[in-house]
Amino acid sequence: MSLLTVAGLTKRFGGVVATRDVSFDVRPGELVGVIGPNGAGKSTLFDLITGFTRPDSGDVRLDGRSILGFRPDQVACLGVARTFQKLRPFPEMTVVENVMIGAFQKTADVAAAREAALAALEAVGLGDRAGAHARALSTGQRKRLELARALATAPRLLLLDEVTGGVDQATVPALVRLVRELHARGLALIVIEHNMRVIMEISERIVALQLGEVIAHGTPAEIVRDRRVIDAYLGEAWRA
Amino acid sequence: MTRAVPLLALAAALAFPAAFTLPFPRHVMIMIFLYGALAVAWNILAGYCGQISLGHAVFFGIGAYTSTLLVARAELSPWLGMAAGAALAVLVSQLVGYPVFRLRGHYFAIATIAVGEIVQTLAINWDWAGGARGVFVPIKRPDSFANFQFHQSKAVYYYIALGLLLLALAVTRWLERSRHGYYFRAIREDQDAAASLGVHVAREKHRAIAVSAALTALGGTFYAQYVLFIDPESVLPLSLSILICLVAVLGGVGTLWGPVLGAAVLVPLSEGTRVWLGGTGKALDLVIYGGLIMVIATLQPAGLMGLARRFRRAP
Repeated sequence: MSLLTVAGLTKRFGGVVATRDVSFDVRPGELVGVIGPNGAGKSTLFDLITGFTRPDSGDVRLDGRSILGFRPDQVACLGVARTFQKLRPFPEMTVVENVMIGAFQKTADVAAAREAALAALEAVGLGDRAGAHARALSTGQRKRLELARALATAPRLLLLDEVTGGVDQATVPALVRLVRELHARGLALIVIEHNMRVIMEISERIVALQLGEVIAHGTPAEIVRDRRVIDAYLGEAWRA
Repeated sequence: MTRAVPLLALAAALAFPAAFTLPFPRHVMIMIFLYGALAVAWNILAGYCGQISLGHAVFFGIGAYTSTLLVARAELSPWLGMAAGAALAVLVSQLVGYPVFRLRGHYFAIATIAVGEIVQTLAINWDWAGGARGVFVPIKRPDSFANFQFHQSKAVYYYIALGLLLLALAVTRWLERSRHGYYFRAIREDQDAAASLGVHVAREKHRAIAVSAALTALGGTFYAQYVLFIDPESVLPLSLSILICLVAVLGGVGTLWGPVLGAAVLVPLSEGTRVWLGGTGKALDLVIYGGLIMVIATLQPAGLMGLARRFRRAP
């Protein structure tokens, strides 16, 4: 059975259709990539899945049960964690305190949460910055922080909004390696990514969006050959 | 703050009435403790949880009115009235919380001003509760702890006020170290990010305002028993809500000791101008407050605590 089912999600903001009849599913342990030009509805899709935005129609099911109308914290407690495209650290809290907020989902004990948070920070390679204020981190470090925070909730499904966006080229391989590791450990992921090389490399399946609609859905090999994806997004250089 | 400073301050505070037997210095200290306690209570909701309330006079007024009316109309002990006032303040805070916590930032602050104005207007027009004329707390003799009235000496009021401040500080310290303290700060920093990590934002805000309201109401009952007269203008005005906020902001919001520091600076200032200039001090204290706030906001937005921290870091 699929872990997450997105069925016919439609969301309009005024006259603008952000997503139209978007459907796909994610199986346990699977890594699904989401691609599409700016304004295709990728981030809206994450907001719809995690309860930040209510769809006009359609359904979101986790383990076959609808989570439509659940608040973001309820969705989080069911094991769906996310990061934000525009990073949202708690700037005046220390790095480890940031991650503890996620860790409290599994334990009410402060000392245990701190330990779990430190472990999550080690996992993303940010252990040496635990005591710094979040506002003092570079963009790449903030990406890792957000990842650690989400991981500390011990999710079953992780939604990553742009892993490598805004990060210098030298940091990209480490972040990609990290995502691969998480996937290898059995975590299911949905990843929004503009770096085509990265997304083709790590995804088992890809959903391509344009103007809120799914224009293609398949393995990376199928996606790069898809006429509509090439026209809408990839451009001629990707034609096989 | 190093451990020694608060302990020394506590020892000095305990010994103060023995050294200063005149009523005025004791009165100033009592006011510092009271406003300190109110600012510490406000700080839980506003400083830690980031919900800037400008309606805390409502909870202060509920504390003052509940105990006073129970004493004046039903002959109940003010101590019971104090507990009832705190309970009622919690109840009101939870009801008010539902609509106002939907608002964020400035809109939340404005809504709390509106709540304060509504409650003050209701009190002015509620004849049974004394209306605009106010209510006297019936004088009880002899002085006794049970009556919560002490006409011979201010010393007992002094220690009760100090106890109130210590209670507010202890509650804050406990919250700071619990999971909820972390949640409060996360909500202040970014409530959507907090929600995405599983924090039930509305519930935590309700928790913060409940604690804050209860402590503020205790202060209201203390004020009523100390002054022995309350009216809507003295216990429910917007100016009181703003003053509580100013004390905390001056001292440093979101810190344990900041509000106490703010009270220690602002209360003597206001009491001093009142004495030197007579009457209400010709509102000169408010002019000085305004100037101080501008200086602090420009030079040291973290308040006096920020200043203290800077000194400590310097070699």
